[in-house]
Amino acid sequence: MKAAEGLARLAPAPTHRVCSAVPYQAFIDQDLYALEQERLFRGPIWNYLALEAEIPNAGDYRATFVGETPVFISRDRDGGINAMVNQCAHRGAIVCRETRGNRKTFVCPYHQWSYDLKGKLVGVPFRKGINGQGGYPADFDLSGHSLRHLRVESYNGLIFASFDAAAEPLADYLGPEMRAHMDLIFNRPIRVLGFSRQFINGNWKVYAENVKDPYHGSLLHLFHATFGSYRSTQRGGMSLDRLGRHSLISAYKTDDNAGETVAFAQEKVGSYADTYKLADPSLLAARPEFGALTTSIQHIFPSLVIQQISNTLAARSIIPHGVDKFELLVTYFGYADDDAEMSTMRLKQSNLIGPAGYIALEDGYAVELVQRAVQYDGKTKSFVELGGRDTKAQDNLVTEVAIRAFWTYYSNLMGLDWSARGPQDPSRN
Amino acid sequence: MDLKIRAEIDDLLATYADCIDDDRLEEWPDFFTERCLYKVIPLENEALGLPIPLMYGDSRAMLKDRVTAHRKANLFAPHLYRHVLSRPHFLGEADGAVKVRSNYAIFRTMTDSAEYGRTELFSVGVYYDQIVFEDGRAMFRERIAVVDTARVQTLLVTPL
Repeated sequence: MKAAEGLARLAPAPTHRVCSAVPYQAFIDQDLYALEQERLFRGPIWNYLALEAEIPNAGDYRATFVGETPVFISRDRDGGINAMVNQCAHRGAIVCRETRGNRKTFVCPYHQWSYDLKGKLVGVPFRKGINGQGGYPADFDLSGHSLRHLRVESYNGLIFASFDAAAEPLADYLGPEMRAHMDLIFNRPIRVLGFSRQFINGNWKVYAENVKDPYHGSLLHLFHATFGSYRSTQRGGMSLDRLGRHSLISAYKTDDNAGETVAFAQEKVGSYADTYKLADPSLLAARPEFGALTTSIQHIFPSLVIQQISNTLAARSIIPHGVDKFELLVTYFGYADDDAEMSTMRLKQSNLIGPAGYIALEDGYAVELVQRAVQYDGKTKSFVELGGRDTKAQDNLVTEVAIRAFWTYYSNLMGLDWSARGPQDPSRN
Repeated sequence: MDLKIRAEIDDLLATYADCIDDDRLEEWPDFFTERCLYKVIPLENEALGLPIPLMYGDSRAMLKDRVTAHRKANLFAPHLYRHVLSRPHFLGEADGAVKVRSNYAIFRTMTDSAEYGRTELFSVGVYYDQIVFEDGRAMFRERIAVVDTARVQTLLVTPL
Protein backbone atom coordinates (compact mmCIF):
# COMPACT_ATOMS: atom_id res chain seq x y z
CA MET A 1 0.00 0.00 0.00
CA LYS A 2 1.30 3.43 -0.90
CA ALA A 3 1.77 5.89 1.93
CA ALA A 4 -0.97 8.11 0.56
CA GLU A 5 -3.44 5.23 0.52
CA GLY A 6 -2.49 4.47 4.09
CA LEU A 7 -3.21 8.04 5.12
CA ALA A 8 -6.55 8.02 3.35
CA ARG A 9 -7.58 5.08 5.47
CA LEU A 10 -6.84 6.80 8.75
CA ALA A 11 -10.08 7.14 10.64
CA PRO A 12 -10.94 10.83 10.39
CA ALA A 13 -11.51 10.97 14.13
CA PRO A 14 -11.38 14.48 15.48
CA THR A 15 -8.00 15.37 16.92
CA HIS A 16 -9.59 18.40 18.55
CA ARG A 17 -6.91 20.41 16.84
CA VAL A 18 -9.29 22.95 15.46
CA CYS A 19 -8.39 24.82 12.32
CA SER A 20 -9.50 28.45 12.65
CA ALA A 21 -6.92 30.00 10.33
CA VAL A 22 -6.81 28.55 6.85
CA PRO A 23 -3.61 28.88 4.84
CA TYR A 24 -4.60 30.29 1.44
CA GLN A 25 -2.44 27.55 -0.03
CA ALA A 26 -5.67 25.56 0.35
CA PHE A 27 -7.14 27.43 -2.62
CA ILE A 28 -4.18 27.63 -4.99
CA ASP A 29 -1.84 24.66 -4.47
CA GLN A 30 -1.82 22.31 -7.48
CA ASP A 31 -0.26 19.44 -5.53
CA LEU A 32 -2.86 19.72 -2.81
CA TYR A 33 -5.57 19.74 -5.46
CA ALA A 34 -4.17 16.56 -7.01
CA LEU A 35 -3.99 14.96 -3.57
CA GLU A 36 -7.65 15.85 -2.96
CA GLN A 37 -8.67 13.77 -5.95
CA GLU A 38 -7.08 10.75 -4.27
CA ARG A 39 -7.59 11.25 -0.55
CA LEU A 40 -10.86 13.12 -0.59
CA PHE A 41 -12.99 12.51 -3.69
CA ARG A 42 -11.74 8.92 -4.15
CA GLY A 43 -11.24 8.54 -0.39
CA PRO A 44 -13.45 7.17 2.41
CA ILE A 45 -16.35 9.54 1.81
CA TRP A 46 -19.62 9.59 -0.15
CA ASN A 47 -20.06 11.87 -3.18
CA TYR A 48 -23.51 13.10 -4.22
CA LEU A 49 -24.17 12.34 -7.90
CA ALA A 50 -27.80 13.05 -8.83
CA LEU A 51 -31.42 12.68 -7.78
CA GLU A 52 -33.11 9.33 -8.40
CA ALA A 53 -35.95 11.30 -10.00
CA GLU A 54 -33.56 12.19 -12.84
CA ILE A 55 -33.28 8.54 -13.88
CA PRO A 56 -36.69 6.98 -13.13
CA ASN A 57 -36.83 4.38 -15.93
CA ALA A 58 -34.74 1.37 -16.93
CA GLY A 59 -32.04 2.56 -19.32
CA ASP A 60 -32.03 6.15 -18.03
CA TYR A 61 -28.56 7.49 -17.45
CA ARG A 62 -26.77 10.67 -16.47
CA ALA A 63 -23.11 11.62 -16.75
CA THR A 64 -21.41 13.63 -14.03
CA PHE A 65 -18.16 13.82 -12.05
CA VAL A 66 -16.65 12.73 -8.76
CA GLY A 67 -14.06 15.40 -8.19
CA GLU A 68 -12.59 15.53 -11.69
CA THR A 69 -13.19 11.85 -12.43
CA PRO A 70 -15.90 11.46 -15.09
CA VAL A 71 -18.55 8.99 -13.99
CA PHE A 72 -22.05 8.07 -15.07
CA ILE A 73 -25.03 6.47 -13.43
CA SER A 74 -27.64 4.22 -14.98
CA ARG A 75 -30.92 2.62 -13.97
CA ASP A 76 -30.84 -1.10 -14.83
CA ARG A 77 -33.73 -3.42 -15.66
CA ASP A 78 -33.93 -4.59 -12.04
CA GLY A 79 -34.51 -1.00 -10.94
CA GLY A 80 -31.01 -0.84 -9.47
CA ILE A 81 -28.70 2.16 -9.81
CA ASN A 82 -25.16 1.69 -11.04
CA ALA A 83 -22.31 4.19 -10.90
CA MET A 84 -19.31 3.64 -13.16
CA VAL A 85 -16.16 5.47 -14.11
CA ASN A 86 -16.84 6.90 -17.56
CA GLN A 87 -13.80 5.31 -19.15
CA CYS A 88 -13.61 2.35 -21.51
CA ALA A 89 -11.85 -0.73 -20.13
CA HIS A 90 -10.08 -1.08 -23.47
CA ARG A 91 -8.05 2.06 -24.18
CA GLY A 92 -9.51 4.60 -21.83
CA ALA A 93 -11.90 6.69 -23.94
CA ILE A 94 -15.06 8.35 -22.60
CA VAL A 95 -17.91 5.86 -23.11
CA CYS A 96 -21.03 7.84 -22.21
CA ARG A 97 -20.85 11.10 -24.18
CA GLU A 98 -24.28 12.62 -23.62
CA THR A 99 -25.27 14.35 -20.40
CA ARG A 100 -28.44 12.33 -20.01
CA GLY A 101 -30.76 10.05 -21.95
CA ASN A 102 -31.97 6.48 -22.24
CA ARG A 103 -30.04 3.57 -23.75
CA LYS A 104 -29.98 -0.21 -23.82
CA THR A 105 -26.20 -0.38 -23.99
CA PHE A 106 -23.28 2.01 -23.71
CA VAL A 107 -20.97 1.80 -26.70
CA CYS A 108 -17.48 3.26 -26.66
CA PRO A 109 -17.20 5.27 -29.89
CA TYR A 110 -13.50 4.45 -30.37
CA HIS A 111 -13.71 0.67 -31.02
CA GLN A 112 -17.36 -0.01 -30.21
CA TRP A 113 -16.80 -2.02 -27.08
CA SER A 114 -20.29 -2.20 -25.64
CA TYR A 115 -21.43 -2.39 -22.04
CA ASP A 116 -24.81 -3.21 -20.53
CA LEU A 117 -26.69 -1.01 -18.05
CA LYS A 118 -24.69 -2.53 -15.19
CA GLY A 119 -21.38 -1.74 -16.89
CA LYS A 120 -20.65 -5.34 -17.89
CA LEU A 121 -18.77 -5.76 -21.16
CA VAL A 122 -21.13 -7.52 -23.58
CA GLY A 123 -19.67 -6.94 -27.02
CA VAL A 124 -16.22 -6.61 -28.63
CA PRO A 125 -15.93 -6.21 -32.45
CA PHE A 126 -13.65 -8.64 -34.32
CA ARG A 127 -13.07 -10.55 -31.14
CA LYS A 128 -12.06 -13.69 -33.11
CA GLY A 129 -10.39 -11.67 -35.86
CA ILE A 130 -11.28 -11.87 -39.55
CA ASN A 131 -10.95 -15.20 -41.38
CA GLY A 132 -8.95 -16.57 -38.49
CA GLN A 133 -6.50 -13.68 -38.67
CA GLY A 134 -5.93 -11.41 -35.69
CA GLY A 135 -8.44 -11.04 -32.88
CA TYR A 136 -8.00 -11.56 -29.16
CA PRO A 137 -6.16 -14.49 -27.58
CA ALA A 138 -8.29 -17.57 -26.81
CA ASP A 139 -8.31 -16.85 -23.08
CA PHE A 140 -9.82 -13.36 -23.52
CA ASP A 141 -12.71 -13.17 -21.08
CA LEU A 142 -15.36 -10.44 -21.40
CA SER A 143 -16.19 -10.69 -17.71
CA GLY A 144 -12.72 -9.46 -16.79
CA HIS A 145 -13.27 -6.12 -18.54
CA SER A 146 -16.26 -4.42 -16.98
CA LEU A 147 -16.36 -0.67 -16.41
CA ARG A 148 -14.92 0.33 -13.06
CA HIS A 149 -17.72 0.45 -10.51
CA LEU A 150 -18.26 2.75 -7.59
CA ARG A 151 -20.27 1.76 -4.53
CA VAL A 152 -23.75 3.29 -4.77
CA GLU A 153 -26.23 4.07 -2.03
CA SER A 154 -29.27 6.33 -1.96
CA TYR A 155 -30.88 8.26 0.84
CA ASN A 156 -34.41 9.64 0.30
CA GLY A 157 -33.85 9.64 -3.46
CA LEU A 158 -30.41 11.27 -3.39
CA ILE A 159 -27.79 9.10 -5.08
CA PHE A 160 -24.30 8.94 -3.59
CA ALA A 161 -21.24 6.96 -4.66
CA SER A 162 -17.92 6.06 -3.09
CA PHE A 163 -14.66 4.76 -4.52
CA ASP A 164 -13.67 3.36 -1.15
CA ALA A 165 -14.76 -0.09 0.01
CA ALA A 166 -13.91 1.00 3.55
CA ALA A 167 -16.29 3.98 3.60
CA GLU A 168 -18.92 3.64 6.33
CA PRO A 169 -22.54 3.01 5.22
CA LEU A 170 -24.12 6.15 3.71
CA ALA A 171 -26.68 6.56 6.51
CA ASP A 172 -23.85 6.62 9.08
CA TYR A 173 -21.81 8.97 6.91
CA LEU A 174 -24.71 11.43 6.86
CA GLY A 175 -25.44 11.00 10.56
CA PRO A 176 -28.72 11.49 12.45
CA GLU A 177 -28.55 15.32 12.57
CA MET A 178 -28.27 15.66 8.79
CA ARG A 179 -30.68 12.82 8.02
CA ALA A 180 -33.41 14.51 10.07
CA HIS A 181 -33.33 17.53 7.78
CA MET A 182 -33.14 15.40 4.63
CA ASP A 183 -36.24 13.58 5.92
CA LEU A 184 -37.99 16.95 6.19
CA ILE A 185 -37.09 18.22 2.69
CA PHE A 186 -37.47 14.87 0.93
CA ASN A 187 -40.66 13.91 2.73
CA ARG A 188 -42.57 12.84 -0.41
CA PRO A 189 -41.97 12.25 -4.13
CA ILE A 190 -40.29 15.17 -5.86
CA ARG A 191 -40.44 16.45 -9.42
CA VAL A 192 -37.35 17.86 -11.16
CA LEU A 193 -38.13 21.37 -12.47
CA GLY A 194 -34.90 22.26 -14.24
CA PHE A 195 -31.17 22.88 -14.10
CA SER A 196 -28.81 25.82 -14.07
CA ARG A 197 -25.05 25.92 -14.47
CA GLN A 198 -22.75 28.59 -13.12
CA PHE A 199 -19.04 28.50 -13.86
CA ILE A 200 -16.94 30.31 -11.29
CA ASN A 201 -13.23 31.08 -11.35
CA GLY A 202 -12.40 29.96 -7.84
CA ASN A 203 -11.38 26.94 -5.82
CA TRP A 204 -14.31 24.70 -4.94
CA LYS A 205 -13.61 25.07 -1.22
CA VAL A 206 -14.11 28.84 -1.32
CA TYR A 207 -17.67 28.00 -2.25
CA ALA A 208 -17.90 25.26 0.39
CA GLU A 209 -16.99 27.94 2.96
CA ASN A 210 -19.67 30.20 1.49
CA VAL A 211 -22.48 27.72 2.08
CA LYS A 212 -21.31 27.19 5.68
CA ASP A 213 -21.23 30.90 6.35
CA PRO A 214 -24.43 32.54 7.63
CA TYR A 215 -22.44 35.73 8.42
CA HIS A 216 -22.45 36.89 4.80
CA GLY A 217 -26.13 36.17 4.20
CA SER A 218 -27.53 39.61 4.98
CA LEU A 219 -24.28 41.53 4.36
CA LEU A 220 -23.32 40.40 0.85
CA HIS A 221 -26.86 39.75 -0.39
CA LEU A 222 -28.60 43.10 0.04
CA PHE A 223 -31.78 42.35 -1.87
CA HIS A 224 -33.97 41.83 1.19
CA ALA A 225 -32.40 44.77 3.00
CA THR A 226 -32.93 47.03 0.00
CA PHE A 227 -36.57 46.07 -0.43
CA GLY A 228 -37.30 45.85 3.29
CA SER A 229 -38.41 42.26 2.98
CA TYR A 230 -36.44 40.73 5.85
CA ARG A 231 -38.21 37.92 7.51
CA SER A 232 -35.77 35.43 8.83
CA THR A 233 -32.47 36.61 10.15
CA GLN A 234 -33.22 36.84 13.81
CA ARG A 235 -33.78 33.30 14.95
CA GLY A 236 -31.61 30.58 13.59
CA GLY A 237 -29.12 27.89 14.33
CA MET A 238 -26.20 25.95 13.05
CA SER A 239 -26.03 22.20 13.41
CA LEU A 240 -23.22 19.84 12.51
CA ASP A 241 -22.71 16.12 12.27
CA ARG A 242 -20.50 14.45 14.87
CA LEU A 243 -17.34 15.04 12.81
CA GLY A 244 -18.22 18.56 11.72
CA ARG A 245 -17.90 17.81 8.03
CA HIS A 246 -21.57 18.45 7.19
CA SER A 247 -23.53 21.48 8.31
CA LEU A 248 -27.02 22.88 8.37
CA ILE A 249 -27.91 26.56 8.58
CA SER A 250 -31.54 27.04 9.61
CA ALA A 251 -33.41 30.33 9.82
CA TYR A 252 -36.88 30.65 11.29
CA LYS A 253 -39.61 33.20 10.94
CA THR A 254 -39.97 35.57 13.84
CA ASP A 255 -42.92 37.76 14.75
CA ASP A 256 -40.72 40.76 15.25
CA ASN A 257 -39.78 41.98 11.78
CA ALA A 258 -39.40 45.57 12.94
CA GLY A 259 -36.80 44.53 15.49
CA GLU A 260 -34.69 42.95 12.78
CA THR A 261 -34.82 46.02 10.61
CA VAL A 262 -33.74 48.19 13.52
CA ALA A 263 -30.90 45.83 14.44
CA PHE A 264 -29.71 45.86 10.85
CA ALA A 265 -29.89 49.64 10.59
CA GLN A 266 -28.00 50.06 13.87
CA GLU A 267 -25.10 48.13 12.39
CA LYS A 268 -25.02 50.76 9.62
CA VAL A 269 -24.58 48.10 7.01
CA GLY A 270 -23.47 49.43 3.65
CA SER A 271 -26.17 50.48 1.20
CA TYR A 272 -28.92 49.55 3.62
CA ALA A 273 -32.05 51.40 2.75
CA ASP A 274 -35.66 50.71 3.51
CA THR A 275 -36.85 53.09 0.84
CA TYR A 276 -37.48 50.72 -2.06
CA LYS A 277 -40.56 48.60 -2.44
CA LEU A 278 -41.15 45.78 -4.88
CA ALA A 279 -43.34 47.09 -7.71
CA ASP A 280 -44.68 43.54 -8.09
CA PRO A 281 -44.68 41.84 -4.68
CA SER A 282 -46.01 38.61 -6.21
CA LEU A 283 -42.32 37.72 -6.61
CA LEU A 284 -42.19 36.91 -2.91
CA ALA A 285 -45.64 35.34 -2.57
CA ALA A 286 -44.99 32.21 -0.56
CA ARG A 287 -46.68 29.42 1.31
CA PRO A 288 -45.08 27.91 4.42
CA GLU A 289 -44.07 24.31 3.80
CA PHE A 290 -41.81 23.48 6.72
CA GLY A 291 -43.43 25.17 9.73
CA ALA A 292 -41.53 28.27 10.82
CA LEU A 293 -38.46 27.31 8.78
CA THR A 294 -37.90 29.93 6.08
CA THR A 295 -34.38 29.16 4.91
CA SER A 296 -32.16 26.13 5.24
CA ILE A 297 -28.80 25.56 3.64
CA GLN A 298 -27.40 22.09 4.20
CA HIS A 299 -23.90 21.17 3.10
CA ILE A 300 -23.11 17.48 2.80
CA PHE A 301 -19.35 17.04 2.50
CA PRO A 302 -17.78 17.50 0.06
CA SER A 303 -19.95 18.77 -2.76
CA LEU A 304 -23.70 18.71 -2.13
CA VAL A 305 -25.80 21.65 -1.00
CA ILE A 306 -29.48 21.12 -0.30
CA GLN A 307 -31.12 24.52 -0.32
CA GLN A 308 -34.55 25.64 0.74
CA ILE A 309 -35.19 29.36 0.51
CA SER A 310 -38.87 30.05 1.00
CA ASN A 311 -40.50 27.80 -1.65
CA THR A 312 -37.39 27.29 -3.75
CA LEU A 313 -35.90 23.84 -3.43
CA ALA A 314 -32.70 22.71 -5.06
CA ALA A 315 -29.75 20.36 -4.88
CA ARG A 316 -26.52 22.10 -5.84
CA SER A 317 -23.50 20.09 -6.99
CA ILE A 318 -20.05 21.63 -6.66
CA ILE A 319 -17.98 20.19 -9.52
CA PRO A 320 -14.28 21.15 -9.52
CA HIS A 321 -12.60 21.81 -12.88
CA GLY A 322 -9.03 22.48 -11.79
CA VAL A 323 -7.65 24.17 -8.69
CA ASP A 324 -9.15 27.57 -9.55
CA LYS A 325 -12.40 26.72 -11.34
CA PHE A 326 -15.62 24.95 -10.49
CA GLU A 327 -19.10 24.54 -11.84
CA LEU A 328 -22.20 24.86 -9.75
CA LEU A 329 -24.86 22.59 -11.19
CA VAL A 330 -28.20 23.39 -9.60
CA THR A 331 -31.07 20.91 -9.87
CA TYR A 332 -34.36 22.63 -9.01
CA PHE A 333 -37.26 20.56 -7.75
CA GLY A 334 -40.74 20.73 -6.36
CA TYR A 335 -43.07 17.96 -5.20
CA ALA A 336 -45.00 15.65 -7.48
CA ASP A 337 -48.22 16.83 -5.84
CA ASP A 338 -47.60 20.60 -6.25
CA ASP A 339 -50.77 22.45 -7.20
CA ALA A 340 -50.86 25.21 -9.85
CA GLU A 341 -50.45 28.01 -7.31
CA MET A 342 -47.39 26.39 -5.76
CA SER A 343 -45.88 25.74 -9.19
CA THR A 344 -46.24 29.45 -10.01
CA MET A 345 -44.67 30.44 -6.67
CA ARG A 346 -41.67 28.21 -7.29
CA LEU A 347 -41.31 29.66 -10.79
CA LYS A 348 -41.42 33.29 -9.65
CA GLN A 349 -39.24 32.68 -6.61
CA SER A 350 -36.63 31.04 -8.84
CA ASN A 351 -35.61 34.68 -9.51
CA LEU A 352 -34.05 34.55 -6.04
CA ILE A 353 -31.58 31.73 -6.68
CA GLY A 354 -29.21 30.41 -9.33
CA PRO A 355 -26.73 32.32 -11.52
CA ALA A 356 -29.12 35.29 -11.87
CA GLY A 357 -30.59 34.95 -8.38
CA TYR A 358 -31.36 38.14 -6.45
CA ILE A 359 -29.91 36.62 -3.27
CA ALA A 360 -27.43 34.24 -4.88
CA LEU A 361 -25.64 35.81 -7.82
CA GLU A 362 -23.22 37.66 -5.51
CA ASP A 363 -21.73 34.38 -4.33
CA GLY A 364 -20.08 33.84 -7.71
CA TYR A 365 -18.59 37.31 -7.46
CA ALA A 366 -17.44 36.88 -3.83
CA VAL A 367 -15.68 33.59 -4.63
CA GLU A 368 -13.79 35.27 -7.48
CA LEU A 369 -12.84 38.23 -5.29
CA VAL A 370 -11.25 35.80 -2.82
CA GLN A 371 -9.53 33.70 -5.46
CA ARG A 372 -8.14 36.74 -7.26
CA ALA A 373 -6.61 38.12 -4.07
CA VAL A 374 -5.17 34.93 -2.56
CA GLN A 375 -3.58 33.58 -5.72
CA TYR A 376 -0.40 35.57 -5.16
CA ASP A 377 0.46 34.22 -1.75
CA GLY A 378 -0.35 30.88 -0.22
CA LYS A 379 1.41 31.60 3.04
CA THR A 380 -1.04 34.03 4.61
CA LYS A 381 -4.08 32.75 6.48
CA SER A 382 -7.72 33.59 6.90
CA PHE A 383 -9.30 34.45 10.27
CA VAL A 384 -12.26 32.27 11.18
CA GLU A 385 -13.08 33.00 14.81
CA LEU A 386 -16.59 34.41 14.60
CA GLY A 387 -18.57 32.69 17.34
CA GLY A 388 -15.44 31.39 19.09
CA ARG A 389 -12.66 28.97 18.32
CA ASP A 390 -14.37 25.65 18.82
CA THR A 391 -16.48 23.40 16.61
CA LYS A 392 -19.65 22.99 18.69
CA ALA A 393 -23.10 23.45 17.18
CA GLN A 394 -24.61 26.87 17.97
CA ASP A 395 -28.09 28.28 18.27
CA ASN A 396 -27.34 31.52 16.45
CA LEU A 397 -26.22 32.60 13.01
CA VAL A 398 -23.44 34.99 13.98
CA THR A 399 -20.86 32.28 13.77
CA GLU A 400 -18.24 30.66 11.56
CA VAL A 401 -18.29 27.41 13.51
CA ALA A 402 -19.19 25.32 10.45
CA ILE A 403 -16.23 26.72 8.52
CA ARG A 404 -13.85 25.81 11.38
CA ALA A 405 -15.39 22.36 11.59
CA PHE A 406 -15.06 21.88 7.82
CA TRP A 407 -11.36 22.73 7.79
CA THR A 408 -10.72 20.66 10.88
CA TYR A 409 -12.25 17.61 9.20
CA TYR A 410 -10.63 18.42 5.85
CA SER A 411 -7.12 18.76 7.26
CA ASN A 412 -7.54 15.49 9.17
CA LEU A 413 -8.73 13.70 6.04
CA MET A 414 -5.89 15.13 3.98
CA GLY A 415 -3.26 14.31 6.61
CA LEU A 416 -2.39 17.97 7.26
CA ASP A 417 -1.98 19.83 10.51
CA TRP A 418 -3.52 23.26 10.09
CA SER A 419 -4.29 23.80 13.75
CA ALA A 420 -1.82 26.64 14.25
CA ARG A 421 -3.62 29.98 14.71
CA GLY A 422 -2.38 33.19 13.04
CA PRO A 423 -0.58 35.39 12.58
CA GLN A 424 -2.46 35.88 9.35
CA ASP A 425 0.49 37.55 7.72
CA PRO A 426 3.97 36.49 8.89
CA SER A 427 5.44 39.69 7.51
CA ARG A 428 3.43 41.69 10.06
CA ASN A 429 5.29 40.11 12.99
CA MET B 1 -46.66 41.04 -44.06
CA ASP B 2 -46.90 44.81 -44.28
CA LEU B 3 -43.43 46.25 -44.90
CA LYS B 4 -44.15 49.08 -42.47
CA ILE B 5 -44.85 46.56 -39.69
CA ARG B 6 -41.66 44.71 -40.52
CA ALA B 7 -39.71 47.95 -40.38
CA GLU B 8 -41.20 48.87 -36.99
CA ILE B 9 -40.38 45.44 -35.59
CA ASP B 10 -36.84 45.69 -36.96
CA ASP B 11 -36.56 48.99 -35.16
CA LEU B 12 -37.94 47.55 -31.89
CA LEU B 13 -35.37 44.73 -31.89
CA ALA B 14 -32.50 47.12 -32.57
CA THR B 15 -33.68 49.74 -30.08
CA TYR B 16 -34.05 47.10 -27.35
CA ALA B 17 -30.45 45.96 -27.81
CA ASP B 18 -29.16 49.56 -27.89
CA CYS B 19 -31.00 50.31 -24.65
CA ILE B 20 -29.25 47.51 -22.77
CA ASP B 21 -25.88 48.02 -24.46
CA ASP B 22 -25.97 51.75 -23.63
CA ASP B 23 -26.78 50.91 -19.99
CA ARG B 24 -30.14 52.66 -20.06
CA LEU B 25 -31.77 49.84 -18.08
CA GLU B 26 -34.37 52.15 -16.56
CA GLU B 27 -35.98 52.31 -20.02
CA TRP B 28 -35.87 48.54 -20.52
CA PRO B 29 -39.24 47.64 -18.90
CA ASP B 30 -41.01 50.06 -21.25
CA PHE B 31 -40.32 47.77 -24.19
CA PHE B 32 -42.89 45.39 -22.68
CA THR B 33 -46.65 45.51 -22.31
CA GLU B 34 -47.96 45.86 -18.78
CA ARG B 35 -48.90 42.19 -18.59
CA CYS B 36 -46.08 40.40 -20.39
CA LEU B 37 -43.68 37.51 -20.24
CA TYR B 38 -39.94 37.99 -20.17
CA LYS B 39 -38.02 34.82 -19.60
CA VAL B 40 -34.41 33.72 -19.92
CA ILE B 41 -34.28 29.94 -20.01
CA PRO B 42 -31.41 27.54 -20.74
CA LEU B 43 -31.95 25.45 -23.86
CA GLU B 44 -31.17 22.48 -21.60
CA ASN B 45 -34.44 23.03 -19.72
CA GLU B 46 -36.48 24.12 -22.72
CA ALA B 47 -35.50 20.96 -24.60
CA LEU B 48 -36.47 18.76 -21.66
CA GLY B 49 -39.78 20.58 -21.20
CA LEU B 50 -38.68 21.78 -17.75
CA PRO B 51 -39.95 25.19 -16.64
CA ILE B 52 -37.15 26.69 -14.53
CA PRO B 53 -35.77 29.93 -16.01
CA LEU B 54 -32.72 32.00 -15.10
CA MET B 55 -34.80 35.19 -15.09
CA TYR B 56 -38.57 35.47 -15.06
CA GLY B 57 -41.04 38.32 -15.11
CA ASP B 58 -44.73 38.28 -15.99
CA SER B 59 -45.41 41.98 -15.52
CA ARG B 60 -43.68 45.23 -16.44
CA ALA B 61 -43.52 45.93 -12.69
CA MET B 62 -41.52 42.75 -12.11
CA LEU B 63 -39.04 43.88 -14.77
CA LYS B 64 -38.77 47.25 -13.01
CA ASP B 65 -37.86 45.35 -9.83
CA ARG B 66 -35.09 43.61 -11.80
CA VAL B 67 -33.68 47.02 -12.67
CA THR B 68 -34.00 48.36 -9.12
CA ALA B 69 -32.20 45.27 -7.78
CA HIS B 70 -29.51 45.69 -10.43
CA ARG B 71 -28.97 49.34 -9.54
CA LYS B 72 -29.48 49.30 -5.78
CA ALA B 73 -29.11 45.83 -4.32
CA ASN B 74 -27.00 43.39 -6.30
CA LEU B 75 -23.20 43.37 -6.10
CA PHE B 76 -21.17 42.37 -9.14
CA ALA B 77 -18.23 43.45 -11.25
CA PRO B 78 -19.32 46.32 -13.49
CA HIS B 79 -19.54 45.37 -17.15
CA LEU B 80 -21.24 46.26 -20.39
CA TYR B 81 -22.95 44.16 -23.04
CA ARG B 82 -22.76 44.36 -26.80
CA HIS B 83 -25.58 42.56 -28.63
CA VAL B 84 -25.00 41.22 -32.12
CA LEU B 85 -28.38 40.39 -33.64
CA SER B 86 -29.37 38.30 -36.61
CA ARG B 87 -31.98 39.46 -39.07
CA PRO B 88 -35.43 38.65 -37.70
CA HIS B 89 -37.30 35.69 -39.06
CA PHE B 90 -41.01 36.58 -39.25
CA LEU B 91 -43.11 33.57 -38.30
CA GLY B 92 -46.57 35.00 -38.93
CA GLU B 93 -49.32 36.28 -36.67
CA ALA B 94 -51.13 34.66 -33.78
CA ASP B 95 -53.57 36.04 -31.18
CA GLY B 96 -53.06 39.56 -32.47
CA ALA B 97 -49.27 39.38 -32.13
CA VAL B 98 -46.51 39.07 -34.68
CA LYS B 99 -44.25 36.12 -33.94
CA VAL B 100 -40.58 36.69 -34.63
CA ARG B 101 -37.48 34.66 -34.06
CA SER B 102 -33.93 36.04 -34.09
CA ASN B 103 -30.49 34.94 -32.94
CA TYR B 104 -28.29 36.91 -30.55
CA ALA B 105 -24.70 36.85 -29.43
CA ILE B 106 -23.83 38.98 -26.41
CA PHE B 107 -20.26 39.98 -25.66
CA ARG B 108 -19.56 41.06 -22.09
CA THR B 109 -16.76 43.54 -21.42
CA MET B 110 -15.60 44.02 -17.85
CA THR B 111 -15.12 47.57 -16.64
CA ASP B 112 -13.88 46.89 -13.10
CA SER B 113 -10.33 47.74 -12.02
CA ALA B 114 -9.14 44.13 -12.02
CA GLU B 115 -10.13 43.26 -15.56
CA TYR B 116 -10.82 46.56 -17.29
CA GLY B 117 -11.44 46.00 -20.99
CA ARG B 118 -11.54 42.19 -20.99
CA THR B 119 -14.23 40.92 -23.38
CA GLU B 120 -15.77 37.47 -23.44
CA LEU B 121 -18.47 35.87 -25.52
CA PHE B 122 -21.01 35.73 -22.71
CA SER B 123 -24.20 34.30 -24.13
CA VAL B 124 -25.54 32.94 -27.40
CA GLY B 125 -29.15 32.04 -28.03
CA VAL B 126 -32.45 32.74 -29.70
CA TYR B 127 -35.13 35.33 -28.93
CA TYR B 128 -38.66 34.07 -29.48
CA ASP B 129 -40.89 37.16 -29.50
CA GLN B 130 -44.56 38.01 -29.63
CA ILE B 131 -44.90 41.63 -30.63
CA VAL B 132 -48.06 43.72 -30.40
CA PHE B 133 -48.87 47.32 -31.28
CA GLU B 134 -50.24 49.52 -28.50
CA ASP B 135 -51.13 53.09 -29.48
CA GLY B 136 -49.25 52.46 -32.69
CA ARG B 137 -46.06 51.47 -30.86
CA ALA B 138 -44.47 48.03 -31.22
CA MET B 139 -43.96 46.29 -27.84
CA PHE B 140 -43.06 42.86 -26.54
CA ARG B 141 -45.99 40.93 -25.16
CA GLU B 142 -43.56 38.08 -24.85
CA ARG B 143 -39.80 37.82 -25.18
CA ILE B 144 -38.23 34.47 -24.37
CA ALA B 145 -34.46 34.18 -24.63
CA VAL B 146 -33.56 30.51 -25.03
CA VAL B 147 -29.92 30.36 -24.08
CA ASP B 148 -27.52 27.93 -25.76
CA THR B 149 -24.81 29.02 -23.33
CA ALA B 150 -26.27 27.11 -20.41
CA ARG B 151 -22.99 27.53 -18.53
CA VAL B 152 -23.19 31.05 -17.13
CA GLN B 153 -19.75 32.53 -16.49
CA THR B 154 -19.68 33.93 -12.93
CA LEU B 155 -23.15 35.48 -12.86
CA LEU B 156 -26.01 36.91 -14.86
CA VAL B 157 -27.42 40.20 -13.57
CA THR B 158 -28.00 42.38 -16.62
CA PRO B 159 -30.99 41.23 -18.69
CA LEU B 160 -30.27 39.67 -22.08
